[in-house]
Amino acid sequence: MYETILYERTDAVLKITLNRPDRFNAFNAQMHKELADAFKNAAKDDEVRSVILTGAGKAFCSGQDLKEVKDDPNTSLADRLRKNYNPNIMRVRELEKPVICAINGVAAGAGMSLAMACDLRIASEQVTMLQAFVNVGLVPDTGSTWVLPRLLGYHKAFEICSTGRPIKAEEALKLNLVDEIVAHDQLESFTLELATKYASAPTKAIGAIKRALNKASAVSLEEALDYEAYLQDILGQTEDYREGVSAFNEKRKPNFKGR
Amino acid sequence: MTTLHYLKLERDGAIATVFLHRPKQLNALNMALMDELVATLEELDNDDAIRAIVLTGDQRAFAAGADIMEMADADSTEMLRRDQFAKWDRIRKLKKPLIAAVSGFALGGGCELMMHCDMVIASETAQFGQPEIKIGVMPGAGGTQRLTRTVGKARAMEMVLTGKFIGAKQAEAWGLVNRVVPVEVYLTEAQKLAHEIAQMSPVAVRLAKEAVLKNYESFLLDGLEFERKNFYLLFSTEDQKEGMQAFIEKRPAKFTGK
Repeated sequence: MYETILYERTDAVLKITLNRPDRFNAFNAQMHKELADAFKNAAKDDEVRSVILTGAGKAFCSGQDLKEVKDDPNTSLADRLRKNYNPNIMRVRELEKPVICAINGVAAGAGMSLAMACDLRIASEQVTMLQAFVNVGLVPDTGSTWVLPRLLGYHKAFEICSTGRPIKAEEALKLNLVDEIVAHDQLESFTLELATKYASAPTKAIGAIKRALNKASAVSLEEALDYEAYLQDILGQTEDYREGVSAFNEKRKPNFKGR
Repeated sequence: MTTLHYLKLERDGAIATVFLHRPKQLNALNMALMDELVATLEELDNDDAIRAIVLTGDQRAFAAGADIMEMADADSTEMLRRDQFAKWDRIRKLKKPLIAAVSGFALGGGCELMMHCDMVIASETAQFGQPEIKIGVMPGAGGTQRLTRTVGKARAMEMVLTGKFIGAKQAEAWGLVNRVVPVEVYLTEAQKLAHEIAQMSPVAVRLAKEAVLKNYESFLLDGLEFERKNFYLLFSTEDQKEGMQAFIEKRPAKFTGK
Protein backbone atom coordinates (compact mmCIF):
# COMPACT_ATOMS: atom_id res chain seq x y z
CA MET A 1 0.00 0.00 0.00
CA TYR A 2 3.02 2.28 0.43
CA GLU A 3 5.58 3.02 -2.31
CA THR A 4 8.35 4.70 -0.36
CA ILE A 5 8.14 3.13 3.07
CA LEU A 6 7.49 -0.28 4.59
CA TYR A 7 4.94 -0.62 7.36
CA GLU A 8 5.22 -3.91 9.21
CA ARG A 9 3.56 -4.73 12.49
CA THR A 10 4.59 -7.86 14.37
CA ASP A 11 2.56 -8.28 17.54
CA ALA A 12 2.85 -4.95 19.35
CA VAL A 13 5.99 -3.74 17.55
CA LEU A 14 5.58 -1.59 14.46
CA LYS A 15 8.53 -1.18 12.14
CA ILE A 16 8.54 1.69 9.69
CA THR A 17 11.31 1.51 7.09
CA LEU A 18 12.27 4.38 4.81
CA ASN A 19 12.41 2.52 1.53
CA ARG A 20 14.01 4.42 -1.32
CA PRO A 21 17.40 2.70 -1.14
CA ASP A 22 18.46 3.81 -4.65
CA ARG A 23 18.11 7.43 -3.45
CA PHE A 24 19.62 6.71 -0.01
CA ASN A 25 16.08 7.04 1.37
CA ALA A 26 15.95 10.75 0.56
CA PHE A 27 12.70 12.52 1.40
CA ASN A 28 10.30 13.35 -1.38
CA ALA A 29 6.69 14.50 -1.17
CA GLN A 30 5.40 10.95 -1.48
CA MET A 31 7.53 9.71 1.39
CA HIS A 32 6.35 12.56 3.63
CA LYS A 33 2.75 11.74 2.80
CA GLU A 34 3.27 8.07 3.54
CA LEU A 35 5.15 8.76 6.76
CA ALA A 36 2.34 11.06 7.88
CA ASP A 37 -0.14 8.29 7.22
CA ALA A 38 2.04 5.72 9.00
CA PHE A 39 2.44 7.88 12.11
CA LYS A 40 -1.31 8.54 12.17
CA ASN A 41 -1.99 4.80 11.96
CA ALA A 42 0.57 4.10 14.66
CA ALA A 43 -1.23 6.57 16.93
CA LYS A 44 -4.67 5.14 16.21
CA ASP A 45 -3.81 1.44 16.39
CA ASP A 46 -4.07 0.33 20.03
CA GLU A 47 -2.25 -2.88 19.17
CA VAL A 48 0.91 -0.90 18.44
CA ARG A 49 2.88 -0.25 21.62
CA SER A 50 6.33 0.57 20.28
CA VAL A 51 7.73 1.80 16.98
CA ILE A 52 11.04 1.22 15.19
CA LEU A 53 12.07 3.70 12.51
CA THR A 54 14.88 2.63 10.18
CA GLY A 55 16.15 2.81 6.61
CA ALA A 56 16.44 0.21 3.84
CA GLY A 57 19.83 -0.44 2.25
CA LYS A 58 23.01 1.43 3.05
CA ALA A 59 21.69 4.74 4.37
CA PHE A 60 19.24 5.72 7.08
CA CYS A 61 18.19 8.88 5.27
CA SER A 62 20.11 11.38 3.20
CA GLY A 63 17.71 14.28 3.79
CA GLN A 64 15.77 16.14 1.12
CA ASP A 65 15.89 14.60 -2.36
CA LEU A 66 17.64 17.45 -4.18
CA LYS A 67 16.50 16.10 -7.51
CA GLU A 68 12.93 16.80 -6.46
CA VAL A 69 13.85 20.38 -5.60
CA LYS A 70 15.46 20.80 -9.02
CA ASP A 71 12.45 19.32 -10.82
CA ASP A 72 9.96 21.44 -8.90
CA PRO A 73 11.56 24.84 -8.34
CA ASN A 74 8.17 26.49 -7.77
CA THR A 75 7.56 25.02 -4.33
CA SER A 76 9.35 27.24 -1.84
CA LEU A 77 11.64 25.64 0.71
CA ALA A 78 9.51 27.12 3.48
CA ASP A 79 6.39 25.51 2.02
CA ARG A 80 8.13 22.15 1.85
CA LEU A 81 9.04 22.41 5.52
CA ARG A 82 5.72 23.68 6.77
CA LYS A 83 3.67 21.25 4.74
CA ASN A 84 5.81 18.10 4.84
CA TYR A 85 8.66 18.02 7.31
CA ASN A 86 7.39 19.95 10.31
CA PRO A 87 4.07 18.13 10.78
CA ASN A 88 5.86 14.77 10.70
CA ILE A 89 8.35 15.86 13.36
CA MET A 90 5.39 16.89 15.52
CA ARG A 91 3.74 13.52 14.85
CA VAL A 92 6.81 11.69 16.16
CA ARG A 93 6.99 13.92 19.22
CA GLU A 94 3.27 13.67 19.92
CA LEU A 95 2.94 9.94 19.29
CA GLU A 96 2.27 8.57 22.78
CA LYS A 97 4.36 5.48 22.15
CA PRO A 98 8.13 5.06 22.19
CA VAL A 99 9.81 5.65 18.82
CA ILE A 100 13.19 3.93 18.50
CA CYS A 101 15.39 5.01 15.65
CA ALA A 102 17.60 2.24 14.28
CA ILE A 103 20.17 4.36 12.46
CA ASN A 104 21.56 1.88 9.96
CA GLY A 105 23.75 4.19 7.89
CA VAL A 106 24.23 7.79 6.87
CA ALA A 107 21.85 10.24 8.52
CA ALA A 108 22.34 13.53 6.75
CA GLY A 109 20.50 16.85 6.93
CA ALA A 110 16.82 16.35 7.64
CA GLY A 111 17.58 12.62 7.96
CA MET A 112 19.67 13.40 11.01
CA SER A 113 16.96 15.75 12.26
CA LEU A 114 14.38 12.97 12.01
CA ALA A 115 16.63 10.61 13.98
CA MET A 116 17.03 13.28 16.68
CA ALA A 117 13.24 13.60 16.95
CA CYS A 118 12.94 9.95 17.99
CA ASP A 119 12.88 8.90 21.65
CA LEU A 120 15.82 6.52 21.48
CA ARG A 121 18.57 6.46 18.89
CA ILE A 122 20.47 3.22 18.34
CA ALA A 123 23.26 3.46 15.78
CA SER A 124 25.21 0.93 13.79
CA GLU A 125 28.95 1.31 14.30
CA GLN A 126 29.15 2.26 10.60
CA VAL A 127 26.93 5.31 10.97
CA THR A 128 27.91 8.77 9.85
CA MET A 129 25.80 11.75 10.77
CA LEU A 130 26.05 15.24 9.42
CA GLN A 131 24.24 18.54 9.43
CA ALA A 132 24.80 18.80 5.70
CA PHE A 133 22.68 21.90 5.22
CA VAL A 134 25.52 24.43 5.36
CA ASN A 135 27.34 22.55 2.60
CA VAL A 136 24.66 23.74 0.18
CA GLY A 137 24.28 27.15 1.82
CA LEU A 138 21.27 26.40 4.03
CA VAL A 139 20.46 26.40 7.73
CA PRO A 140 19.66 23.19 9.63
CA ASP A 141 15.92 22.51 9.66
CA THR A 142 13.36 19.87 10.64
CA GLY A 143 14.04 20.70 14.29
CA SER A 144 17.82 20.47 14.39
CA THR A 145 18.36 24.07 15.51
CA TRP A 146 16.03 23.34 18.43
CA VAL A 147 17.30 19.97 19.50
CA LEU A 148 21.06 20.33 18.96
CA PRO A 149 21.79 23.21 21.34
CA ARG A 150 19.74 21.34 23.95
CA LEU A 151 21.79 18.20 23.43
CA LEU A 152 25.19 19.71 22.87
CA GLY A 153 25.15 23.22 24.26
CA TYR A 154 25.41 26.24 21.98
CA HIS A 155 29.05 26.03 20.99
CA LYS A 156 29.23 22.40 19.96
CA ALA A 157 25.91 22.77 18.13
CA PHE A 158 27.33 25.76 16.28
CA GLU A 159 30.47 23.87 15.34
CA ILE A 160 28.56 20.89 13.98
CA CYS A 161 26.00 22.96 12.12
CA SER A 162 28.46 25.46 10.69
CA THR A 163 31.00 22.92 9.42
CA GLY A 164 28.58 20.29 8.15
CA ARG A 165 31.32 17.78 8.91
CA PRO A 166 30.70 14.06 9.17
CA ILE A 167 30.42 12.67 12.68
CA LYS A 168 31.29 9.00 13.11
CA ALA A 169 29.40 6.69 15.41
CA GLU A 170 31.85 6.82 18.26
CA GLU A 171 31.88 10.62 18.41
CA ALA A 172 28.09 10.67 18.05
CA LEU A 173 27.85 8.49 21.15
CA LYS A 174 30.26 10.68 23.07
CA LEU A 175 28.29 13.79 22.11
CA ASN A 176 24.98 12.19 23.09
CA LEU A 177 23.68 12.29 19.53
CA VAL A 178 22.96 8.57 19.83
CA ASP A 179 22.14 6.46 22.87
CA GLU A 180 23.95 3.29 21.92
CA ILE A 181 26.27 1.91 19.25
CA VAL A 182 26.00 -1.72 18.19
CA ALA A 183 27.78 -3.87 15.62
CA HIS A 184 26.24 -3.32 12.19
CA ASP A 185 24.91 -6.87 11.88
CA GLN A 186 23.44 -6.65 15.39
CA LEU A 187 21.44 -3.46 14.85
CA GLU A 188 18.23 -5.12 13.75
CA SER A 189 18.11 -7.73 16.51
CA PHE A 190 19.20 -5.22 19.16
CA THR A 191 16.51 -2.68 18.31
CA LEU A 192 13.88 -5.38 17.94
CA GLU A 193 14.68 -6.66 21.40
CA LEU A 194 14.52 -3.15 22.80
CA ALA A 195 11.24 -2.43 21.01
CA THR A 196 9.80 -5.72 22.26
CA LYS A 197 10.70 -4.76 25.80
CA TYR A 198 8.94 -1.42 25.36
CA ALA A 199 5.95 -3.19 23.84
CA SER A 200 5.20 -4.72 27.23
CA ALA A 201 5.76 -1.46 29.13
CA PRO A 202 2.84 0.52 30.59
CA THR A 203 2.24 2.39 27.32
CA LYS A 204 0.08 5.13 28.85
CA ALA A 205 2.90 5.97 31.24
CA ILE A 206 5.41 6.05 28.37
CA GLY A 207 3.07 8.39 26.49
CA ALA A 208 2.74 10.63 29.53
CA ILE A 209 6.53 10.68 29.93
CA LYS A 210 6.83 11.96 26.36
CA ARG A 211 4.15 14.56 26.97
CA ALA A 212 5.77 15.84 30.14
CA LEU A 213 9.30 15.90 28.71
CA ASN A 214 8.10 17.61 25.53
CA LYS A 215 6.60 20.30 27.67
CA ALA A 216 9.51 20.63 30.07
CA SER A 217 11.62 22.81 27.82
CA ALA A 218 8.87 25.39 27.53
CA VAL A 219 7.57 25.76 31.07
CA SER A 220 8.69 26.79 34.55
CA LEU A 221 9.35 24.27 37.32
CA GLU A 222 6.09 25.33 38.93
CA GLU A 223 4.12 24.56 35.77
CA ALA A 224 5.97 21.28 35.30
CA LEU A 225 5.12 20.23 38.87
CA ASP A 226 1.49 21.05 38.28
CA TYR A 227 1.46 19.16 34.99
CA GLU A 228 2.97 16.10 36.67
CA ALA A 229 0.09 16.17 39.14
CA TYR A 230 -2.46 16.11 36.31
CA LEU A 231 -0.68 13.26 34.55
CA GLN A 232 -0.32 11.27 37.75
CA ASP A 233 -4.06 11.52 38.33
CA ILE A 234 -4.74 10.31 34.81
CA LEU A 235 -2.31 7.39 35.11
CA GLY A 236 -3.63 6.56 38.56
CA GLN A 237 -6.83 5.47 36.84
CA THR A 238 -5.22 3.10 34.35
CA GLU A 239 -5.38 -0.70 34.51
CA ASP A 240 -1.60 -0.79 34.22
CA TYR A 241 -1.19 1.24 37.40
CA ARG A 242 -3.43 -1.16 39.31
CA GLU A 243 -1.51 -4.10 37.84
CA GLY A 244 1.84 -2.46 38.66
CA VAL A 245 0.88 -1.92 42.28
CA SER A 246 -0.55 -5.45 42.66
CA ALA A 247 2.54 -6.98 41.09
CA PHE A 248 4.76 -4.97 43.42
CA ASN A 249 2.79 -6.06 46.48
CA GLU A 250 2.69 -9.66 45.32
CA LYS A 251 6.39 -9.58 44.48
CA ARG A 252 5.86 -10.72 40.89
CA LYS A 253 6.51 -9.26 37.42
CA PRO A 254 3.74 -6.96 36.21
CA ASN A 255 1.82 -7.86 33.09
CA PHE A 256 1.08 -4.48 31.51
CA LYS A 257 -1.62 -4.22 28.84
CA GLY A 258 -1.09 -0.66 27.68
CA ARG A 259 -4.45 0.39 29.11
CA MET B 1 -38.54 20.56 31.44
CA THR B 2 -37.38 21.02 27.89
CA THR B 3 -37.16 17.75 25.97
CA LEU B 4 -33.58 17.27 24.87
CA HIS B 5 -32.71 16.16 21.33
CA TYR B 6 -29.41 17.92 20.82
CA LEU B 7 -28.18 18.16 24.38
CA LYS B 8 -27.43 15.89 27.27
CA LEU B 9 -27.75 17.01 30.86
CA GLU B 10 -26.04 15.66 33.95
CA ARG B 11 -26.58 16.84 37.49
CA ASP B 12 -24.12 16.32 40.29
CA GLY B 13 -25.12 17.94 43.55
CA ALA B 14 -25.13 21.69 43.09
CA ILE B 15 -23.72 21.69 39.59
CA ALA B 16 -25.16 20.77 36.21
CA THR B 17 -23.21 19.83 33.09
CA VAL B 18 -24.79 20.52 29.72
CA PHE B 19 -23.33 18.58 26.77
CA LEU B 20 -23.78 19.85 23.23
CA HIS B 21 -24.65 16.61 21.50
CA ARG B 22 -24.69 16.47 17.72
CA PRO B 23 -21.51 14.37 17.48
CA LYS B 24 -21.78 13.62 13.76
CA GLN B 25 -21.96 17.34 12.98
CA LEU B 26 -19.15 18.17 15.44
CA ASN B 27 -21.85 19.81 17.56
CA ALA B 28 -22.65 22.44 14.91
CA LEU B 29 -25.10 24.88 16.44
CA ASN B 30 -28.34 24.71 14.50
CA MET B 31 -31.30 26.83 15.53
CA ALA B 32 -33.14 23.97 17.22
CA LEU B 33 -30.08 23.18 19.33
CA MET B 34 -29.76 26.81 20.33
CA ASP B 35 -33.46 26.93 21.30
CA GLU B 36 -32.95 23.89 23.47
CA LEU B 37 -29.74 25.23 24.93
CA VAL B 38 -31.15 28.61 25.88
CA ALA B 39 -34.26 27.05 27.41
CA THR B 40 -32.20 24.49 29.35
CA LEU B 41 -29.74 27.06 30.65
CA GLU B 42 -32.59 29.30 31.79
CA GLU B 43 -34.27 26.40 33.56
CA LEU B 44 -31.02 25.60 35.36
CA ASP B 45 -30.58 29.28 36.14
CA ASN B 46 -33.97 29.26 37.84
CA ASP B 47 -33.36 25.97 39.65
CA ASP B 48 -32.48 26.67 43.29
CA ALA B 49 -30.63 23.37 43.61
CA ILE B 50 -28.10 24.40 40.96
CA ARG B 51 -25.36 26.90 41.73
CA ALA B 52 -22.99 26.60 38.76
CA ILE B 53 -23.26 25.26 35.22
CA VAL B 54 -20.65 23.61 32.99
CA LEU B 55 -21.15 23.77 29.22
CA THR B 56 -19.21 21.30 27.10
CA GLY B 57 -19.17 19.31 23.87
CA ASP B 58 -17.11 16.17 23.42
CA GLN B 59 -13.41 15.45 22.91
CA ARG B 60 -13.42 16.15 19.18
CA ALA B 61 -15.35 19.37 19.31
CA PHE B 62 -16.86 21.87 21.67
CA ALA B 63 -18.78 23.17 18.67
CA ALA B 64 -17.49 23.49 15.13
CA GLY B 65 -19.66 26.49 14.26
CA ALA B 66 -23.15 27.39 13.18
CA ASP B 67 -25.11 25.11 10.90
CA ILE B 68 -24.19 26.57 7.49
CA MET B 69 -26.88 24.57 5.68
CA GLU B 70 -29.56 26.47 7.58
CA MET B 71 -28.47 29.87 6.37
CA ALA B 72 -26.77 29.28 3.03
CA ASP B 73 -29.82 30.32 1.03
CA ALA B 74 -31.20 33.06 3.28
CA ASP B 75 -31.11 36.70 2.15
CA SER B 76 -30.54 39.62 4.47
CA THR B 77 -34.27 40.33 4.91
CA GLU B 78 -34.76 36.73 5.95
CA MET B 79 -31.80 36.93 8.36
CA LEU B 80 -33.19 40.15 9.87
CA ARG B 81 -36.56 38.52 10.25
CA ARG B 82 -35.06 35.46 11.93
CA ASP B 83 -32.73 37.56 14.07
CA GLN B 84 -31.41 34.22 15.28
CA PHE B 85 -28.69 35.69 17.45
CA ALA B 86 -31.15 37.67 19.59
CA LYS B 87 -31.74 34.61 21.74
CA TRP B 88 -28.00 34.30 22.44
CA ASP B 89 -28.43 37.42 24.60
CA ARG B 90 -30.35 35.27 27.04
CA ILE B 91 -27.16 33.29 27.70
CA ARG B 92 -25.39 36.54 28.46
CA LYS B 93 -28.09 37.34 31.00
CA LEU B 94 -27.79 34.14 33.05
CA LYS B 95 -27.25 34.86 36.73
CA LYS B 96 -25.35 31.73 37.61
CA PRO B 97 -21.73 31.14 36.67
CA LEU B 98 -21.32 29.33 33.37
CA ILE B 99 -18.04 27.50 32.76
CA ALA B 100 -17.05 26.20 29.32
CA ALA B 101 -15.06 22.95 29.14
CA VAL B 102 -13.51 22.94 25.67
CA SER B 103 -11.73 20.19 23.75
CA GLY B 104 -11.12 20.01 20.01
CA PHE B 105 -12.77 22.64 17.80
CA ALA B 106 -14.31 25.82 19.12
CA LEU B 107 -14.90 27.56 15.83
CA GLY B 108 -17.15 30.34 14.59
CA GLY B 109 -20.38 30.13 16.58
CA GLY B 110 -18.66 27.56 18.82
CA CYS B 111 -15.95 30.04 19.77
CA GLU B 112 -18.60 32.73 20.23
CA LEU B 113 -20.68 30.48 22.47
CA MET B 114 -17.57 29.72 24.50
CA MET B 115 -16.95 33.46 24.89
CA HIS B 116 -20.47 33.83 26.28
CA CYS B 117 -19.32 31.69 29.21
CA ASP B 118 -17.78 33.25 32.31
CA MET B 119 -14.71 31.01 32.44
CA VAL B 120 -13.08 28.49 30.14
CA ILE B 121 -11.09 25.34 30.89
CA ALA B 122 -9.48 24.02 27.71
CA SER B 123 -7.84 20.74 26.79
CA GLU B 124 -4.42 20.73 25.15
CA THR B 125 -6.11 19.68 21.92
CA ALA B 126 -8.44 22.69 21.75
CA GLN B 127 -8.41 24.94 18.70
CA PHE B 128 -10.10 28.29 18.44
CA GLY B 129 -11.03 30.40 15.46
CA GLN B 130 -13.50 32.67 13.72
CA PRO B 131 -13.31 31.26 10.17
CA GLU B 132 -16.48 32.98 8.87
CA ILE B 133 -14.41 35.18 6.53
CA LYS B 134 -13.51 32.11 4.52
CA ILE B 135 -17.14 31.62 3.55
CA GLY B 136 -17.73 35.25 2.67
CA VAL B 137 -19.28 36.44 5.93
CA MET B 138 -18.16 37.52 9.40
CA PRO B 139 -18.83 36.56 13.00
CA GLY B 140 -22.37 37.47 14.03
CA ALA B 141 -22.78 36.26 17.61
CA GLY B 142 -20.29 38.47 19.35
CA GLY B 143 -17.07 37.17 17.78
CA THR B 144 -15.77 40.54 16.63
CA GLN B 145 -16.68 42.17 19.95
CA ARG B 146 -15.79 39.67 22.66
CA LEU B 147 -12.64 38.46 20.91
CA THR B 148 -11.37 42.01 20.49
CA ARG B 149 -12.15 42.82 24.10
CA THR B 150 -10.29 39.72 25.29
CA VAL B 151 -7.24 39.36 23.04
CA GLY B 152 -6.84 42.93 21.79
CA LYS B 153 -7.43 44.59 18.42
CA ALA B 154 -4.41 43.38 16.42
CA ARG B 155 -4.84 39.71 17.34
CA ALA B 156 -8.60 39.76 16.94
CA MET B 157 -8.24 41.48 13.58
CA GLU B 158 -5.89 38.81 12.26
CA MET B 159 -8.10 35.99 13.46
CA VAL B 160 -11.27 37.56 12.07
CA LEU B 161 -9.76 38.67 8.73
CA THR B 162 -7.82 35.48 7.96
CA GLY B 163 -9.95 32.87 9.73
CA LYS B 164 -6.78 31.23 11.07
CA PHE B 165 -7.08 29.01 14.13
CA ILE B 166 -5.06 29.31 17.29
CA GLY B 167 -4.06 26.45 19.59
CA ALA B 168 -4.73 26.01 23.27
CA LYS B 169 -1.39 27.37 24.43
CA GLN B 170 -1.83 30.54 22.38
CA ALA B 171 -5.37 30.94 23.69
CA GLU B 172 -4.08 30.65 27.24
CA ALA B 173 -1.31 33.19 26.63
CA TRP B 174 -3.85 35.59 25.10
CA GLY B 175 -6.30 35.27 27.99
CA LEU B 176 -9.04 33.61 25.98
CA VAL B 177 -9.10 30.66 28.39
CA ASN B 178 -8.37 30.32 32.11
CA ARG B 179 -6.06 27.34 31.74
CA VAL B 180 -5.07 24.44 29.57
CA VAL B 181 -5.03 20.92 31.00
CA PRO B 182 -4.51 17.43 29.55
CA VAL B 183 -7.38 16.20 27.39
CA GLU B 184 -8.28 13.47 29.87
CA VAL B 185 -9.21 15.95 32.58
CA TYR B 186 -10.56 19.14 30.96
CA LEU B 187 -14.13 18.29 31.86
CA THR B 188 -13.45 17.15 35.42
CA GLU B 189 -11.31 20.25 35.99
CA ALA B 190 -14.19 22.45 34.82
CA GLN B 191 -16.56 20.52 37.08
CA LYS B 192 -14.18 20.91 40.02
CA LEU B 193 -14.14 24.65 39.42
CA ALA B 194 -17.94 24.65 39.30
CA HIS B 195 -18.11 22.71 42.59
CA GLU B 196 -15.69 25.13 44.18
CA ILE B 197 -17.83 28.12 43.19
CA ALA B 198 -21.00 26.26 44.20
CA GLN B 199 -19.76 26.29 47.78
CA MET B 200 -19.68 30.08 47.95
CA SER B 201 -22.62 32.20 48.95
CA PRO B 202 -24.93 32.13 45.92
CA VAL B 203 -26.00 35.71 46.52
CA ALA B 204 -22.42 36.93 46.62
CA VAL B 205 -21.57 34.88 43.51
CA ARG B 206 -24.50 36.34 41.63
CA LEU B 207 -23.74 39.94 42.51
CA ALA B 208 -20.02 39.48 41.89
CA LYS B 209 -20.64 37.95 38.46
CA GLU B 210 -22.97 40.83 37.66
CA ALA B 211 -20.30 43.33 38.67
CA VAL B 212 -17.56 41.70 36.55
CA LEU B 213 -19.93 41.64 33.58
CA LYS B 214 -20.78 45.31 34.16
CA ASN B 215 -17.17 46.06 33.37
CA TYR B 216 -16.81 43.51 30.56
CA GLU B 217 -20.05 44.46 28.87
CA SER B 218 -19.76 48.23 29.00
CA PHE B 219 -19.23 49.34 25.39
CA LEU B 220 -19.92 45.74 24.35
CA LEU B 221 -23.65 45.97 23.79
CA ASP B 222 -23.61 48.64 21.07
CA GLY B 223 -20.92 46.67 19.30
CA LEU B 224 -22.93 43.46 19.46
CA GLU B 225 -25.87 45.08 17.72
CA PHE B 226 -23.64 46.67 15.14
CA GLU B 227 -21.97 43.37 14.39
CA ARG B 228 -25.26 41.54 14.11
CA LYS B 229 -26.59 44.08 11.56
CA ASN B 230 -23.42 43.80 9.49
CA PHE B 231 -23.62 40.03 9.60
CA TYR B 232 -27.22 40.05 8.34
CA LEU B 233 -26.29 42.62 5.69
CA LEU B 234 -23.73 40.25 4.19
CA PHE B 235 -26.53 37.90 3.24
CA SER B 236 -27.42 40.24 0.39
CA THR B 237 -24.03 39.57 -1.27
CA GLU B 238 -23.09 37.05 -3.93
CA ASP B 239 -19.93 36.32 -1.97
CA GLN B 240 -21.94 34.97 0.96
CA LYS B 241 -23.89 32.65 -1.38
CA GLU B 242 -20.71 31.52 -3.10
CA GLY B 243 -18.79 31.16 0.17
CA MET B 244 -21.39 29.00 1.86
CA GLN B 245 -22.08 26.97 -1.26
CA ALA B 246 -18.35 26.33 -1.66
CA PHE B 247 -18.20 25.25 2.00
CA ILE B 248 -21.07 22.81 1.52
CA GLU B 249 -19.45 21.45 -1.66
CA LYS B 250 -16.06 21.30 0.11
CA ARG B 251 -14.27 23.42 -2.50
CA PRO B 252 -12.40 26.74 -2.24
CA ALA B 253 -14.62 29.79 -2.63
CA LYS B 254 -14.15 32.34 -5.42
CA PHE B 255 -15.04 35.80 -4.19
CA THR B 256 -15.91 38.61 -6.62
CA GLY B 257 -16.71 41.39 -4.18
CA LYS B 258 -20.35 41.48 -5.27
